[in-house]
Amino acid sequence: MAKVRGAIVVDVERCKGCELCIGSCPTDVLRMAVDVNGKGYHYAYMENPEACTGCVNCATVCPDTVITVYRIKVVD
Amino acid sequence: MAEIKLEDIIKPENLVFQKTKLFTDKPLSYCPGCGHGVVHRLILEAIEELGIESETIGVAPVGCSVLAYEFMNIDIAQAPHGRAPALATGIKRVYPEKFVFTYQGDGDLAAIGTAETIHACNRGENISIFFINNGIYGMTGGQMAPTTLPGMASSTSPYGRDVASMGHPLKMTELVANLPGTRFVARHAVHTPALVRKAKKAILKAFENQKENKGLSFIEIVSNCNSGWKMTPVKSNQWLTENMLEYYKLGTLKDE
Amino acid sequence: MGELRLMKGNEAIAEGFIRAGVDAYYGYPITPQSEVMEYLMAEKPEERTGMVVLQAESELAAINMVYGAACTGKKIVTSSSSPGISLMQESFSYIAGSEVPAVVLNVVRGGPGLGDIQPAQSDYFQSTKGGGHGDYRQIVLAPSSVQEMYDFVNLAFDLAFKYRIMVLILSDGAIGQMMEKVMLDEQKPRLTNQEIKDRFDSWALTGRTPGREHNIITSLDLDQENLERHNFHLQKKYKEIEENEVILEEVSLEDAEYVFMAYGTSARICHKALQIARKEGIKVGLLRPITLWPFPEKKVKELASKVKGFLSVEMSAGQMIEDIRLAVEGKTKVAHFGRYGGVIHSPEEVVAALKSKIIGG
Repeated sequence: MAKVRGAIVVDVERCKGCELCIGSCPTDVLRMAVDVNGKGYHYAYMENPEACTGCVNCATVCPDTVITVYRIKVVD
Repeated sequence: MAEIKLEDIIKPENLVFQKTKLFTDKPLSYCPGCGHGVVHRLILEAIEELGIESETIGVAPVGCSVLAYEFMNIDIAQAPHGRAPALATGIKRVYPEKFVFTYQGDGDLAAIGTAETIHACNRGENISIFFINNGIYGMTGGQMAPTTLPGMASSTSPYGRDVASMGHPLKMTELVANLPGTRFVARHAVHTPALVRKAKKAILKAFENQKENKGLSFIEIVSNCNSGWKMTPVKSNQWLTENMLEYYKLGTLKDE
Repeated sequence: MGELRLMKGNEAIAEGFIRAGVDAYYGYPITPQSEVMEYLMAEKPEERTGMVVLQAESELAAINMVYGAACTGKKIVTSSSSPGISLMQESFSYIAGSEVPAVVLNVVRGGPGLGDIQPAQSDYFQSTKGGGHGDYRQIVLAPSSVQEMYDFVNLAFDLAFKYRIMVLILSDGAIGQMMEKVMLDEQKPRLTNQEIKDRFDSWALTGRTPGREHNIITSLDLDQENLERHNFHLQKKYKEIEENEVILEEVSLEDAEYVFMAYGTSARICHKALQIARKEGIKVGLLRPITLWPFPEKKVKELASKVKGFLSVEMSAGQMIEDIRLAVEGKTKVAHFGRYGGVIHSPEEVVAALKSKIIGG
């Protein structure tokens, strides 16, 4: 059975910490970092990376297009 | 099953989404969570997918998106407040083969620019109008707009919009859908992934209509203004769903 | 080869727009200049040259159509009369700030407010000082015949593109409505899109050419230091125009002891007044500024140390006289003789005014 695994890369310095990506994720991958970026914003990161399917939802709602998405097919 | 490392996934060949190269390098000037950024992206993605970046001329408004020209790597003019449809008309008439669009907020399009909007629509100019409605004047600090909902508080309607003295919210999209000059009129939103994908299709179609000389496409995007509404971005999107969409119903009003 | 015709000023300038290879006219009807668009519509310039003519929903829309189209490097024009020109002022300021070439015709009528539809010169301040906001200038050409209405189209576009500036042709209801013979020249071809790209790709919105940065037309710069630099640049350009582009007509100034200073219709009246006065032995000449901005300051200065007085003859309550006074710097007498609200002076009145206000005053 084939399934997919995804991963995102967040452009940390351009993230404004709006948190809209978190609610858009169907597999509860994302959280806001305790750390802040150079502008003082908490930024999004993958707290549960193994749950990411690369569905692109987070990047789709991100107003600043700071998320790049990758995906691979995994064969059991 | 061998454990898959992130480095195995994050490789160029596995890329499924990246920022369109039609964005300039400048960071967007919008507040965190503002829908403007999403709409900018959808417009630029549509232009990139159609391969028309060297054939497109945009017109930016006065309002929060006055600096849209800083972020969109296409030839673009900045219009006096409300006059973007007139500039677009002027451009399109001398360059009928170019793709011409306006990007306007609700203060720009539905208040000071009502006449230019209606007449460009009525003439059926072969352009695309993208209308971002967040029910408020964002740039000047959250004043009442023609689109502000009944009872909604703003800095110039601090006790809520009283329709008896301040008038009713103006539904520009319904209004222009009634004009014979418009071909494609739709209202969308961009606060969920599914809605963003739908909005993208409409924006693509608006440009394709120009190619086919079909006449005016008018796409309203109901959006948030978390600074003006004084809410977090997440809350503002909830509020939008519960209040704005009740009054400004999503869907295609006209597609001929 | 030329072609001689009897035409109204408004028609001659409309024909001039077509023959100059103008790409588009956007306008809105208002008396006394509606013949401009009527003539254009009747002539079907889209068939003659491919020129676009569009009736806008207001002067606001018309000037902003001009602004948009002018951003693309094409030759764009509009026309109106005083109240309509007032409406356009915001966009004149934008056009100046963003340095877009454009040409506007004002066939002036009496004011203030809705005023009347008779010829006047009461828009001099608005035209030469800037009726919009900010530190800006526009070149102002003042035709005084139907021939000049026609001829100044090419002159206006040459200047507009040379300096990337708005050129205002400041006419009035008399010159717009009167019929005179006019010599028309040959049709100039409109530039092709490729020619426009070749010439103006450094700034014009022609669609981002692969390999170049995107072109932006804006008058906004939120950084005050940058905006000051931009203003320095504009002022430098205006200075250059003041030094190089003054156009004037001199009549009998060689031995003149007195000077009529007048433009447009009032200059025509002064031609006759000059003849009457000369017959009476009064040595008077006429200095007619053709560019109202740049104002012929040097010429006025030069005359100020030689003559006994200037009479500023204007169909206004006294507007150009302020520029004359500034140039004269108190060296000689300066007086104003005006008729207002659409009334034109008679030559006899002008001579009487010269006698009472300058010679005997």
